Order: sequence, then C-alpha cells, then structure tokens
Amino acid sequence: MTTLVIAEHDNATLKPATLNTVTAATQCGGDVHVLVAGHNAAAAAAAAAQISGVAKVLHIDAESLAHGLAENLTTQIVALASGYSHLLFAATAAGKNVAPRVAAKLDVGQISDISKVISADTFERPIYAGNAIATVQSLDSIKVITVRGTGFDAAALVNQGNAAIEKVADVAIPGTTTYLGSEIAKNDRPELTAAKIIVSGGRALGSQDKFNEVMTPLADKLGAAIGASRAAVDAGYAANDLQVGQTGKIVAPQLYMAVGISGAIQHLAGMKDSKVIVAINKDPEAPIFSVADYGLEADLFVAVPELVAAL
Amino acid sequence: MKVLVAVKRVVDYNVKVRVKSDNTDVDTANVKMSMNPFDEIAIEEAVRLKEKGMATEIIAVSCGVTQCQETLRTAMAIGADRAILVESNEDLQPLAVAKLLKALVDKEQPGLIILGKQAIDDDCNQTGQMLAALADLPQVTFASKIELADGKATVSREIDGGSETLQVTLPAVVTADLRLNEPRYVTLPNIMKAKKKPLEVLKPEDLGVDVTPRIKTLKVNEPPKRSAGIKVPDVATLVAKLKTEAKVI
Repeated sequence: MTTLVIAEHDNATLKPATLNTVTAATQCGGDVHVLVAGHNAAAAAAAAAQISGVAKVLHIDAESLAHGLAENLTTQIVALASGYSHLLFAATAAGKNVAPRVAAKLDVGQISDISKVISADTFERPIYAGNAIATVQSLDSIKVITVRGTGFDAAALVNQGNAAIEKVADVAIPGTTTYLGSEIAKNDRPELTAAKIIVSGGRALGSQDKFNEVMTPLADKLGAAIGASRAAVDAGYAANDLQVGQTGKIVAPQLYMAVGISGAIQHLAGMKDSKVIVAINKDPEAPIFSVADYGLEADLFVAVPELVAAL
Repeated sequence: MKVLVAVKRVVDYNVKVRVKSDNTDVDTANVKMSMNPFDEIAIEEAVRLKEKGMATEIIAVSCGVTQCQETLRTAMAIGADRAILVESNEDLQPLAVAKLLKALVDKEQPGLIILGKQAIDDDCNQTGQMLAALADLPQVTFASKIELADGKATVSREIDGGSETLQVTLPAVVTADLRLNEPRYVTLPNIMKAKKKPLEVLKPEDLGVDVTPRIKTLKVNEPPKRSAGIKVPDVATLVAKLKTEAKVI
C-alpha cells in the first residue's frame, strides 16, 4: 500500500499545502511518494525530497506541464496510478481542478476535502458548508482524495534530502488547452491559507479606500495576511482571492481578527477552525461574537487605529 | 451551437441544515429546496450567450428525484429552451452524474457544457471535471469570464492568488464560479412560459449507465461547537489578553 501525493508548486518552490497533504498521506498508512510534475521544476523536486515521511519523489519534467493544466497533469498521473492505493491532492484551486479528472479517468469516486483520516478507506469531510461532518468510506480500489489543509499539520522539512528523486518520462498529451497568461497579485504578505495571523475586513469598512486605510496598517503591524468577507468582496472593497468562507478560502490561523464582519454562516464555515478568534463590531448582536474568543463591541474606525498604536 | 447546462436541486442556501437524530444524514424533509446557486450562474451565462447570438439552443439537465422537474422549470424560466430529467431515487454521486451527463453529451452533441463549480449540499466540486474526463474534452473550472470566437473559448478562471486565462477548443466543459455573472430574477411571464417548454424524462437505464454509489456514508454528525468567549471592554484589554492569555501576538 503506497500513497502518491501530487505536489503543488510553481516549478521553483513547493506550495505549503503540499506539506499538510503529506501529513494526511502518512496517516493513510504505507509508504508516501510525492509527484512533482512541472517544467524546470528540479528545485521543487529537491524541496519535496526534504519533506519528512516521504520515501520517494517522482519528477516529471516537460514543457506541457509548465502551467499545471488539468488535462496534461491528469495524463501523467493516470499513467502512474496503478502502482498506488491512494492519490492525494491538496484541496486548493489547483488540486480541486485536477483530482476529479483523474478519478473519472480511473473510474473511481473521489472524496473531497477530507478533514480527518479514520482508516485507510474511511475519512471525515465537512458537508453543507461545514454545518455537518460526514464520515465516508471509499468502496474503490484506488482512493482519490483532496485534503483540506486546515485539518492536518504541515509535515516537517529535514535538512538533508531524505528521499530519492526518480526521473519519470512524460506521456504524450493531446493539447486542446492553451495557457494564455495569469494575473497573480504581487505582495509581500503571507499567503492567506498559510498565514499564522489573518486580519479580515467586512462590509462595515464601507469602501475600498477605507478597507485599505484601516486594514493595511493592522496587517503590517502583525505581519498578517489580509482577508475579506464575501460582502466586502462583492462590494468591490477587496480582491476576489481574499475572500474567506465556504465559497472562498478555508483558513485556520493561530489568530483570526474579524473587523466589521457580521459573521454569516458561509463566512464562519471558512474560519471557525482558527485557534483564536477576535471580533471587532459595533453591533452587539452580530453572530460573529458567538464564535469569537475575544469580542470588542466598538466602532472599528476608532478601535482599529487604537489597536495599531497599542501593538 | 447547443449549450448544455447541468443543474442540481439542493437545500436552499438560506436554510440552516440540521443533522438527523439517527446521524444518518442531514434532515431534508419539509425543507425549502432550490437550484444550486452556482448552477443558476451557469444557466444565466448560457442565456447571455444565446442573447448575444453565440448559442442557438440551451438544454438544461438535472439528475435526481421527480421534484427536480421544478428546478428544471426554473432553468427554463431563466431562459433554457428545453429540459431533460434523468430520474432516479438512488443517491447519485458525482461520478454517476458525470456518466449520465456524458451519455447526454454523446446524444445532444453540445458545443459547450456549463456546470456550477460545486453543489452547496455535498460540496464535492467534482462533476464538471469528471464529465470533461469521461467525454475527453478540455475543461476550465472556476470561470469568471467566458468569451467565444472561432470555435474556441477564452476563459478567465479564479485561482489561488489571482486569476489565469486559458483558451480551449470547443466543445469544452466550463464550471462557473461566483463572479461569472449575477443571475437575473425570474419573472412571472417567464415562469408561465417555462411551463409550456418541453421536459423529457429518462431513466439511468435508458442511457445505459450504472449509478451504483462508490462512496458509503457511515454517519453524519454535527460539527464540534465553538463556544463564545468573552467580551472585552476596550482595546487595551484586548491587547493584554492576546499577549498574556492567548499568547498569539
């Protein structure tokens, strides 16, 4: 019984979600291999070899794999699948894109977004936006799974490469999809799903300017990532990819600070596993207070600058 | 060009679901059901393509119980031309639904297939990708913009950290994200019109598809409750608590 973790990377570095996925893989029992499929991705493969608990890294290098296109990645993964009992992907935009395509090609079901490994074939996963937890058993011979990062600790990195890196030849691909380009927001802040501290703003901020004016100094002071509620994103105060919630990012930082966020169910589903939750809201009835460890009933435009000064 | 759109009947997004006391499932008896919100976006996009003259016919498809006919009527009120229900009382999992849709794609030969990116009940986020795999078509998931020209679709999709743009040859499968469009309100005259549009009912056997579940639900529980903490009187107390009690800053 061996598990293959499909690494998420940008060819140069591994994405942190890969480390949480490896932890889930070790809990499935058996050996853990990691697949790094990319183009000029030797550095990512070397990084994967440093993950504690990994026995072997498979490295496929081909130009067609440069942008992680689902069609092309699927072909490579399916060619390797017969040697594995489990195929694990991070439940990120990239993993969710590829995993079901692989599962269908193998004619097996997929278990999405697992938050706990019960046994080699039984897992827990949230349904209905986290309002219920289902325990499910896979009846297929190969288990295709996406792993919710917040449910598992990150695997440690060891200094010396502890896993062998094996080069694997790529399989020819049809090429019906062309990558045209991407726009990735550039900033020095930690990535939302990997941040230790997140400060999140809601509709109460009132405008994009106010959102930036109030939230940026707080994030700078705490070295935090910035998040937003769906209401704030829909109103155009913050970028789409900052959205925390069931339809956005699922996060579980050490500290989550909700500023001017009322706490709709869909938002709570995305952050309620945070270790410490702070809510700043002037509405004493706001549902966010029912999950907050520390609630401050105050006008955010007064309280946040005061907080920045006090930190 | 035909556009095929898949829609699912789910518990309305405003309903706070409860787990059944025997822990077998969530309670869906006497609960308001609606079209999955992402599927509504998918239908809206198809209708806009037709309004722009890029599509000639929109076929809405749903797989599930008899009552899915209501969901299909809603799809036709938004603007779908006709509907197909693949009726089954079985627990239809994403792989089974993808196989049913694949059979209908073979039959109808649409140029574009649009689905919601995920259903808000099981939160699987699988069916579109699985259909693309089974039909051997290119896929673009989490779409925020679709443009069609010269037998190709140029689609922007939401990814971690931003967005990317892919070009795929048609036919292709696209799954709709939240910001692709804002679905229109359904008007009464359109609801009346939708009642007269054709709705075909098939069984999985008619399509030669085995829908046996591959994943068994052993139990469904309430999530662990997070209890409310304390209210602090001022910023100074908050900072002190975070430093000395929670030790997170």
